[in-house]
Amino acid sequence: MIKAILVFNNYGKPRLSKFYQYFNEDMQQQIIKETFQLVSKRDDNVCNFLEGGSLIGGSDYKLIYRHYATLYFVFCVDSSESELGILDLIQVFVETLDKCFENVCELDLIFHVDKIHYILNELVMGGMVLETNMTEILSRIEEQNKLEKQEAGLAGAPSRAVSAMKNMNIPQQLKDMKLPDLPQAIKELKF
Amino acid sequence: MALKKVRGNIERMFDKNLTDLVRGIRNSKENEAKYIAQCMEEIKQELRQENIAVKATAVAKLTYLQMLGYDISWAGFNIIEVMSSSKFTYKRIGYLASSQSFHTDTDLLMLTTNMIRKDLNSQNQYDAGVALSALACFISPDLARDLANDIMTLLSSTKPYLRKKAVLMMYKVFLRFPEALRPAFPRLKDKLEDMDCGVQSAAVNVVCELARKNPKNYLSLAPVFFKLMTSSTNNWMLIKIIKLFGALTPLEPRLGKKLIEPLTNLIHSTSAMSLLYECINTVIAVLISISSGMPNHSASIQLCVQKLRILIEDSDQNLKYLGLLAMSKILKTHPKSVQAHKDLIMICLDDKDESIRLRALDLLYGMVSKKNLMEIVKKLMVHMDKAEGTVYRDELLVKIIDICSQDNYHFITSFEWYVSVLVELARVEGMKHGPLLAHQMLDVAVRVKAIRPFAVGQMSLLLSNAHMFMQPSGGSNMANVLYAAAWICGEYANELEKPEETLFSMLTGKVHSLPGHIQAAYVQNIMKVLSVILSKGDIQQSIKVCKRVSDKLAQYVSSGDLEVQERASAALQLISYIHKELENGDTNDICTQVAYLFNGELNPVAPKAQRKVQVPEGLDLDEWINEPLHSSSESDDDNQSDDNSNFFNLGGFDKKDEEENIANTVDHVEKNRKARLQEQENNPNYLKLNSSNDQTCDIPITSIDLPTSLNVSGFISSDKYIKAKKEKKDKKKSRKKKKEFNHFEEEDEELAIEMIVNRDIGEMPDGAEDSDGAIDVQKDINDPHTALDIDLDVPEIQRPPPVEEKKHKKKKKEKEKKKKSEKSKKSKKLDKSDQQLIEIKQGYEEALGICTPSKEIVQAEDLSFSKLAMDKYILLEYKIDPKNELSNSATVFFRLTNVGNNCLIKNIEIDVTNSTAIQFLDEKNEPLSWYKLNNSIQCGSLTEFDLSLQVENIAIPNTLRGTLTYMAQMFQEDNIHQDKLDWRLAVAVSDMFLKAAPSVPLVELLCNGQLVFKSSVILSGTNFNQVINWFSTKLHLVLVERVGETASLYGSTASSEQLCLLVKSNLNNVSVEAKCTSQTLVDNLMNEIKSTYNL
Repeated sequence: MIKAILVFNNYGKPRLSKFYQYFNEDMQQQIIKETFQLVSKRDDNVCNFLEGGSLIGGSDYKLIYRHYATLYFVFCVDSSESELGILDLIQVFVETLDKCFENVCELDLIFHVDKIHYILNELVMGGMVLETNMTEILSRIEEQNKLEKQEAGLAGAPSRAVSAMKNMNIPQQLKDMKLPDLPQAIKELKF
Repeated sequence: MALKKVRGNIERMFDKNLTDLVRGIRNSKENEAKYIAQCMEEIKQELRQENIAVKATAVAKLTYLQMLGYDISWAGFNIIEVMSSSKFTYKRIGYLASSQSFHTDTDLLMLTTNMIRKDLNSQNQYDAGVALSALACFISPDLARDLANDIMTLLSSTKPYLRKKAVLMMYKVFLRFPEALRPAFPRLKDKLEDMDCGVQSAAVNVVCELARKNPKNYLSLAPVFFKLMTSSTNNWMLIKIIKLFGALTPLEPRLGKKLIEPLTNLIHSTSAMSLLYECINTVIAVLISISSGMPNHSASIQLCVQKLRILIEDSDQNLKYLGLLAMSKILKTHPKSVQAHKDLIMICLDDKDESIRLRALDLLYGMVSKKNLMEIVKKLMVHMDKAEGTVYRDELLVKIIDICSQDNYHFITSFEWYVSVLVELARVEGMKHGPLLAHQMLDVAVRVKAIRPFAVGQMSLLLSNAHMFMQPSGGSNMANVLYAAAWICGEYANELEKPEETLFSMLTGKVHSLPGHIQAAYVQNIMKVLSVILSKGDIQQSIKVCKRVSDKLAQYVSSGDLEVQERASAALQLISYIHKELENGDTNDICTQVAYLFNGELNPVAPKAQRKVQVPEGLDLDEWINEPLHSSSESDDDNQSDDNSNFFNLGGFDKKDEEENIANTVDHVEKNRKARLQEQENNPNYLKLNSSNDQTCDIPITSIDLPTSLNVSGFISSDKYIKAKKEKKDKKKSRKKKKEFNHFEEEDEELAIEMIVNRDIGEMPDGAEDSDGAIDVQKDINDPHTALDIDLDVPEIQRPPPVEEKKHKKKKKEKEKKKKSEKSKKSKKLDKSDQQLIEIKQGYEEALGICTPSKEIVQAEDLSFSKLAMDKYILLEYKIDPKNELSNSATVFFRLTNVGNNCLIKNIEIDVTNSTAIQFLDEKNEPLSWYKLNNSIQCGSLTEFDLSLQVENIAIPNTLRGTLTYMAQMFQEDNIHQDKLDWRLAVAVSDMFLKAAPSVPLVELLCNGQLVFKSSVILSGTNFNQVINWFSTKLHLVLVERVGETASLYGSTASSEQLCLLVKSNLNNVSVEAKCTSQTLVDNLMNEIKSTYNL
């Protein structure tokens, strides 16, 4: 079982938090903080597993993470999950994000956290792995987005126009913050 | 109306959406909290509006704020509103918000039941999809109960997407509503063979989760999984299945044997590292579980170790880490194969990655030998110097102590070296394991007599350098070693070179900056050292010392710690008294008296001794002696005493009392012990095993002349011993070359190595046994999986709807039982006629219940124990329970009841006449011919114990003979009655039947041609119901089917013999036909039926 999925940046700012066991908001923040402290002090060339912090359940739980450019993707899992399997799952998750956002970067996660959640919900449900096949995941996401577009129809046009206007403020350069090691990682994918 | 809508839309364009909120927060870095507070206000406004779109935007924003740590539970109602929207866009927003903020205890959940049901049954599969995703996060017991059926329906949906989600959802339902498991399980099982790969994978996932906690209930699914494993190519699913097999094999060794081959094939063929790793893990689990039963598994072990070596040598740190992790599992059972790779593990100790070093450290535990221990510890000490993080340093310290102390210091050849290592460790700065280190020092000093002179020397050095430990560096508690140092110096003060010096090092310096419990130890041990100085008989010197001590003790009297104050005041008074006596010239007497205060040696106490002390009758430990007063100062005192007690517990040694009364209690204990030994001596039935043990402990140990001088000016470095060892080795070599023999030196060396270590577990209270921690491992009651421990192979017993009257009777009976036990506990002098009355009443009720089926079930439970032997004092009953996992073993439960009139039964022993055909076994699987019960039985109460029984051939009936001896102590006459009771335990064929339902339908079993041996019997003068009842209760057969006056029953043994019975009612008799896989078994069963029937 997966107990929590956390995404935060190099400074510990949460970009996505999904807890499959209830913690109140204060506790959630403390867990994010603790996890960040545990993960961030590790070099990039060390292994990607470590024992969970005391807040999230201690050594019964493992933290399995990957570090992409500015973001840490951390999965907190119990002993029924395969360590290498979860590492691959993180890879699938990030690749799916990359497909959905075309060269995903931290800004996409900042401004579209709801969409990230929807994508994650196609991979993991209630702490259990739902689907690992990326084509299947992408087609499900695509169908749901289509559904949303149909519903918006003409009524949604004006608000879309306004938000398009607003979005023009974003400096384009920011978009260049890429996840550089991704294409290479895809080639090395073990599944 | 339309206009209003348009206006609403236009207004909405200028409202803040999620993107604006995020941007706003990013732009107001300094005033983030203020900005968010402002946004919260706006959101509250928006939530009050009618327009669902506005509400949805507001809820989306709330979801974002929740991630930043803001509580949004106040908006629960609005979230539900958005969830209930008919548009998918809004619904999705609502469900996302609910999955992030709702939880099982959210009160609002009861409002959602119908809405969620509607969504689950929606035409649009994605409506149901989002609902399931969210529901999985917050499902409550009520929701699980109400929606279980709807989710079950989705299991057979035409859309694989929904089937997949529903399968996973079922697991969550089971957790909250365990009753759903049984009806849903057949469908879940079907999903394992679903045509869609994703659904299959989900079902495997769920079954794995279920089986992980209650593996034995899922053994019957093994064939299905085996098929999946050999046919599937989905790595995700394979990993799960292989992990599941790892959990199942310990329960079923036969499965393990089958698995080895396909797993080995996978190991050779797969390219996916994750799969390879899990295969290796499961192979290891298999090998561990069948290590005794398969002779040539060394090839598999070799394969695993080889593959693991490849992983460890890989440049990928992750593989290295996992390789080491798996290696440590092999280490436990096959240390030899791992030891071959010592080089690799030593290299990993130098890895830059801390997690890898830690895993390598774990492995080191199994790598040490007498030869290389010093070398390895040396290496770890070097690491400790270099290590930066205190966490790693602390870990190293614990590991060094672990490695050295394993197997009761088995690998230590020189305890002097070990003490030096401990002292060196104590000097490392900023460690948090002071208490552990102190405990080690105490343990070594207490257990190894020969090391005491050396240890005392080192400890007195520690004491004189106490200032090193007094720096108030944060987090360090190394000062605790001073506690050990003080205690060792005091307890073994006779060994002190210069007792005066040590004495004054405990009196001078900044002792008041030490923690209270250490100061207390100081004061106590100052007295011990003083008594040694006095015993030397130099009066002038003694008077001088007394004076100085009493001067310096004053600083302890003013200590802030109550304990220290109290001890110091008492000590001060005592010294002034001694001083007076000394000056009066009354020397000899006072010196011996003072020495008497600290007489006697302390022995190690077993860790569980305290818990094993039996609570005396009439003492309720939970009862208040004095009701606590509610004062504020109390809490402070509590904290202080907590600090102290923590340490003392860890040390495991009782502090000595100060006044003479200790001598009294010692006397008292001694007296009791002698009396008890006397009693055992006089008892002819008592096997005098322990006495010889005691003697070995008391063998005088000659003190050893140690090769190294004790007059060290500073701390001895542990390196010295490594050098010394090498030199000795060289010496030895050269000596051998020259073929000269220096007898003296050789002997000396041998002695130094063979230091005698007291390896006893420690003292235990009388009559207590050091059982393994069965009591310690308690199942977590809060774990929902305990409720899911349902044996799915056994069909649920359909109890007929309880008739009011019967229920009442049952209750009444239970009540009476309770009453009876209470009564018997309370009053020993139970009136005999009273007791009889109750017995008669019970008999009456049982007779009444015999013809009602519901009663039979109750009866079956009650009568599970059968009488084995009885006399007027004691009743011995037994019950046989075959073990599932071992083909020819069973557990025999014995129950002893004290039926005597007002007596206490003790010294109960059982002697057994074993044979190879049938015997009892102990924990080590050795034949057990004698068993002693450690507790005594009060009047009217009972005790139970169990023994493991092994039968050579379970297809034939066996008999085991034995004797029970006991002593009955009368309360009134005050005399002791000894008696023995012969018993004869008949183990019938049916006693070894497992109470398990057939794994395949009975028809299939009958058709497949395995049941070839037949037998039959006709029983006249009985009726059908009685026979069925008798077969299922007494013969442990399982009733499979019953149609009218015909029934089929099933029996199986752990050695996988199977048996079917067909029982038919004829005109005035009942015919029984049996088919079985073994001729002997069926013949013997029929004989059993005939003979018991004739009775």
